[in-house]
Parts: sequence; structure tokens; C-alpha cells
Amino acid sequence: MASLRCFLRSGKVFVTVRDALNQAMDEELERDERVFLLGEEVAQYDGAYKVSRGLWKKYGDKRIIDTPITEMGFAGIAVGAAMAGLRPICEFMTFNFSMQAIDQVINSAAKTYYMSAGLQSVPIVFRGPNGSSAGVAAQHSQCFAAWYGHCPGLKVVSPWSAEDARGLLKSAIRDDNPVVFLENELMYGVPFEMSEEVQSKDFLIPIGKAKIERQGNHITLVSHSRMISLCLDAAAVLAKEGIECEVINMRTIRPLDAEAIETSIMKTNHLVTVEGGWPQFGIGAEILARIMEGPAFNYLDAPAVRVTGVDIPMPYAKNLEDNSIPQIKDIIFSVKKTLNV
Amino acid sequence: MTLQSLNRFFFYKLYSVVVSARTYADFTPQATFDIKKCDLHKLEEGPPLQAVLSREEGLQYYRTMQTMRRMELKADQLYKQKIIRGFCHLYDGQEACAVGIEAGINLSDHLITAYRAHGYTLTRGGTVREIMAELTGRRGGIAKGKGGSMHMYTKHFYGGNGIVGAQVPLGAGVALACKYLGKNELCVCLYGDGAANQGQIFETYNMASLWKLPCIFICENNKYGMGTSVERAAASTDYYKRGDFIPGLRVDGMDVLCVREATKLAAEHCRSGKGPILMELQTYRYHGHSMSDPGVSYRTRDEIQEVRSKSDPISMLKDRMLSNNMASVEELKEIDVEVRKEIEDAAQFATTDPEPPLDDLCNHIFYNDPPMEVRGTNPWTKLKSVS
Repeated sequence: MASLRCFLRSGKVFVTVRDALNQAMDEELERDERVFLLGEEVAQYDGAYKVSRGLWKKYGDKRIIDTPITEMGFAGIAVGAAMAGLRPICEFMTFNFSMQAIDQVINSAAKTYYMSAGLQSVPIVFRGPNGSSAGVAAQHSQCFAAWYGHCPGLKVVSPWSAEDARGLLKSAIRDDNPVVFLENELMYGVPFEMSEEVQSKDFLIPIGKAKIERQGNHITLVSHSRMISLCLDAAAVLAKEGIECEVINMRTIRPLDAEAIETSIMKTNHLVTVEGGWPQFGIGAEILARIMEGPAFNYLDAPAVRVTGVDIPMPYAKNLEDNSIPQIKDIIFSVKKTLNV
Repeated sequence: MTLQSLNRFFFYKLYSVVVSARTYADFTPQATFDIKKCDLHKLEEGPPLQAVLSREEGLQYYRTMQTMRRMELKADQLYKQKIIRGFCHLYDGQEACAVGIEAGINLSDHLITAYRAHGYTLTRGGTVREIMAELTGRRGGIAKGKGGSMHMYTKHFYGGNGIVGAQVPLGAGVALACKYLGKNELCVCLYGDGAANQGQIFETYNMASLWKLPCIFICENNKYGMGTSVERAAASTDYYKRGDFIPGLRVDGMDVLCVREATKLAAEHCRSGKGPILMELQTYRYHGHSMSDPGVSYRTRDEIQEVRSKSDPISMLKDRMLSNNMASVEELKEIDVEVRKEIEDAAQFATTDPEPPLDDLCNHIFYNDPPMEVRGTNPWTKLKSVS
């Protein structure tokens, strides 16, 4: 048996992101017979990253399906199954491989409800690790948040903590629309405290609502997924110098909770976005454009800026890789520049 | 009128009624026809070499095929008048496929095809009215005017798909749901000779076979993928064999009875849990690939004319029925008149029904969701979207 659980007095436990995802899927499989999981190695291998550990043993071949290495084919099969009344969870071993199937995600899943003027819905979840990992180099490190976030008809979700993973995955599975669920491999093993309320079987996090992870008055940091950890670390360092950062965890990429960001900027007057993906046409670019166009612009005391991955394919050598993605010092630097300190 | 002429009048009226009654009573209620043998691949037995056709069935197939034909020709007309725009891929010539397939399955089964889909929308329960109004982009269209020619849907009919080949994995997914839900339903999954070379189709063959999905793969081979003949596109044009480990049969797609019998065999195969099966229907389209293709740069007018005169599916059925006294010329003419009227009415509706209301623009993004805002073309325009 796998999960690392330390029972604290208050009924809180420590749960890793991996276990949170596993438990969420387990509970949703139990709750609704139409839910099933398919993907490479999800059944007998227990999942390439062990996220689906134990599920095949419990639910069997009908509900946990190992596929051949044919993304376009099995993603299409998953979408067809969703059209005909099932509720598939389609796992991509990493979202890099989803590029092979991206036509099925966009043209068959995302657009169908609109093209059919409401006759045909597609209740499907596409999930898997997204973005950079460690030492996996260029073809296995791309962040797809911006690409999927671009498309109407999709919901795109990017959890950070175990609580996020649990609540958002449950919401995604119960959602009657195509949801792209972007996990992060480096976060799978990270434990988070989880309250009793979050552990309950019907704990859901609404898709489309951001969360303030840390309150602050001087500057707003907006981020998603693993970069939240770096933002919080940067905020801790800055606090020692008297700079209080408000850290907003987007939780959902699409629909984007612009209101939460605007409300924060109206308080702090400064904005820095932080993402692991490439800068051009990225998440930060969209947030900045929206702020420019919205009511919060007049509250900015300095131009809003983005901290992003470097605009290059991901290199392999550790030192190069480390310098390809935002580090804590990059966030601190950008905050200080924005605040002009 | 004199009494004598009145008498004569009533006599003739009575006579014609008596004659007609006698003629109707004389119609052959059903007949057996020889149908072409199918080439088989990894199949022990093919469909029977004879098909029984009842008078009712014959009249129904005739009516449906004629409706389909007239509907497509009307669409051609409307397109040339620029009332239909964008893509329009017409099905005339291939009617025996759609009608024969539907005759071999139930409405409770499922079907998916590519973009040459108007015929299937009809056989799967769509009306001519709502199909034509969809082509003209009106609010009375089957997809409220938001889908167009390639995106029409009905119950257990999943379109209408614009991306060549993408519908094949989708169809296998529908078949997976059929098996999963245990309702003894199957999915007919159609694609063309052009799509037959798509990689995702081979991926689908593999999974459908591995998991024994109740899927009838059907290749409608009309000899041309857009402007490319099958010889120029495929290293092997034996499309019924391309499923390799999947049993297959090659069928005369211009004969509605041949298609029906083959479909029945295929359906039986799927329903008995044997897994997928592949049918190649050899058929022909009279029009070019789409309305923007005259269809004569890559094939000769002689070829088209030859098929029209020797293998037209509607003529074939008509000849069979007439030569076996299963219907009269007048009766079939009457059906033609009724069909023409139905098409005219539908075209009238399709050209007069208003376009969708502008406030429908942003609806139907998500299902079962609360209303939301959608950004318009500029930051000050916020549009409303409901499910």
C-alpha cells in the first residue's frame, strides 16, 4: 500500500498530489459506472507515473484500459465513447504526446457541442503531466497550457496542490464538457496537508475560480501549477525585506478568472505573472492583455510584466535546463524591478 | 349532361376502379433477385447470392433513394444560386449505400460518416426540411444553422465530420460504448477511399480488433479521393483487405439489395461478439468532390455517363420492380411527384426561414453550464453565452 499518510490530531493528513489524483479517480469510478480510464500503461503497469496505481486491480479490464501506443486512435476512441454516453478519462503519458492527437481534442471534442448547436455533448477528461520535468530534454518538456487555453469549447485546468488535484479532477470528471487537465510530473511526489473537508467524497473545486494562496499588499503574483511553489518561496524571501506578495493560484487556465486578478491589482497596484511555458502568446501574455483592457489598468503603478520559461527548446544538461525555466531569484528580481526597489 | 353520357361516365369510372383494384391485387408482393457475389477476405461465408425484396420494402427504398437524389440535385441548384455557401459535398450516385446500410441495421444502432453526409442524415431520421435549412444556414436547420453541410447530427448519428479520417476512431469509440453498455447495439463507421490511407484508421483497426468492438467499418470507394484516383493514392486498392486481421468483403455499392444483405451479414458478425468487420462498397459519385469541383478534369464525361446509364442505383431498383410487376409505372411516377413536392417545400422553407438570431452567436459552447460571458471582437463587447 502506497500513500504516505501522517495522521495529525485535527483529522488532517498529508497526501501527495499523486495520491490525491489516484483517490479522486477511484472515488469517481466508484460513483459513476460510466466513468472509465484509458491510456498507455494505465492498467497493468499501474500508470507510467503510478497515478493510476491499484485501479486496474480494483475495477478490471472493462474500466481501466491499456491502449497501444496510438494516441490519435485512442484519443478519438475516447471522444467517440463520450459522444455515445460514457465518461472517459483519457490519459496522455505526457501532453507532448497529445500533439499526435490534438485534432481529436480540438476538432472532435471541443467544437462539437457548438457545431451541433447543442445536440451532441462530449463529457471527456484529457489528463496527464504537462510542462518541464527534469532532464527529459526538448521533445518531452513543452507546456501546452497556452495552446489548449486558446480554444473555445475546452475547459483547461492546471492544479498545483493535492487539494487542487483532488477537487479539480473530481469537478473535471463530473463536468459534461471536454476538460484538459494539466498535471505536473515534478509535483506528483509532493505532499500537502489536506483537511477533513477536502478528504470528503463530494469535495469539488469549481472550474474557473482562482485561489489566493498568500495574502499581500505590495504586489500580485499570478501563476499556475508548479510555479506556485516558486512564487511562495520567493514571497517568503521577499517578506523578510518587508515586501508582501499576494500569490494567486489560477487553478483554471480557461475560463480565466480575470476578476480575481483585477481585484488583487486594485489592492496591490503591481502585477507579475509567472509561468513555466514559453513567453510568446503565452499565459502571461493573455493575462497582461486582459489587464490592459479591463478596469484594473488604471490601478497599475508600473507596467505589468511576465516571468516565463526561456524562449528556446529545452536543453538537456542540468545547468542549461536550470537556466531555461524561472528560478526563485528570477521572480524576486522581477518583483523588485516592478516595485522599483 | 345526358343520362346516357352520365351512365357512360359512371361506367368508365367504375371500370377504372375495378381495373386498378385488380391491378393492385395483381402486384407481386415479393420477389427474389440474384445479387452479385462478394469478394471475401478472411471470411468463410459471404452474404447469400439472392435477396428477397417485398413490395413495401421496394417502394420504401425507391422513395428514400429518390428523395436523396432530388435533395442533392436541389442543393446543387441552390449552391449555384449562391444560396448555399462554403463546402457542399453531394451524394448523388451513392444512394444505394446509405439506404442499403440502413436497411441492414436498426435505428437504435449507431452511425458515423465523413463530410458527404446529407444522405445519411436523411436515413438516420433527419427531414429534408431541416437538412436543406442547415445547408442554407437558417435557424430551422438541423443544427440551427451553426454547423452547415458537414456538421449535421441526429439521434445515434454522429455527423458529419470535416477532418478526413477522424470519424473512424470516433466510430470505434461509439462501438466501445455499445459494448460497454451491453445493449447489443453496433456502430457503422464510414470513410472514403481517400481516407482509407489515414494512419489513424489503422490504429483504429488494431484497437477495434484487440477489444472486439462491435464496429462495421465501411469504405465507400467511389474511385476518387477528391481529384486523385484510387490507383494514384493507394499501393493496394483492395480496401476490403486493408483491415488485414479484420475479415472483409467487397460489395456492389450500386445495388441496394447487395448492400443490404452484406450489412445484415456484417451486423450479425458484430452482434455475435466476433469483433469488427470491414465492408468495401464499390460505388460512384456523379458530382465532383464538392460543388467547387466540376469533376471532369480527372475523369471523363463518358465514364460518368456510362455509370449513369448502366449502374444507376435508382434505375436498377425501378427496373427490377417493374419487370417483376411489383409496382406500376404510374405508381412510381406518383412517388416521384410527391418527392418533388417535398423537396420544393423544403427548398422554399430553406430559402425563406430567417438566419439564426445574432444572440445565438455565443451559445452552445458548454453543455449544462451556467450562463457566461464571451469576449466580442473588442474589449467593450461582452456577449452572452448559454448552454
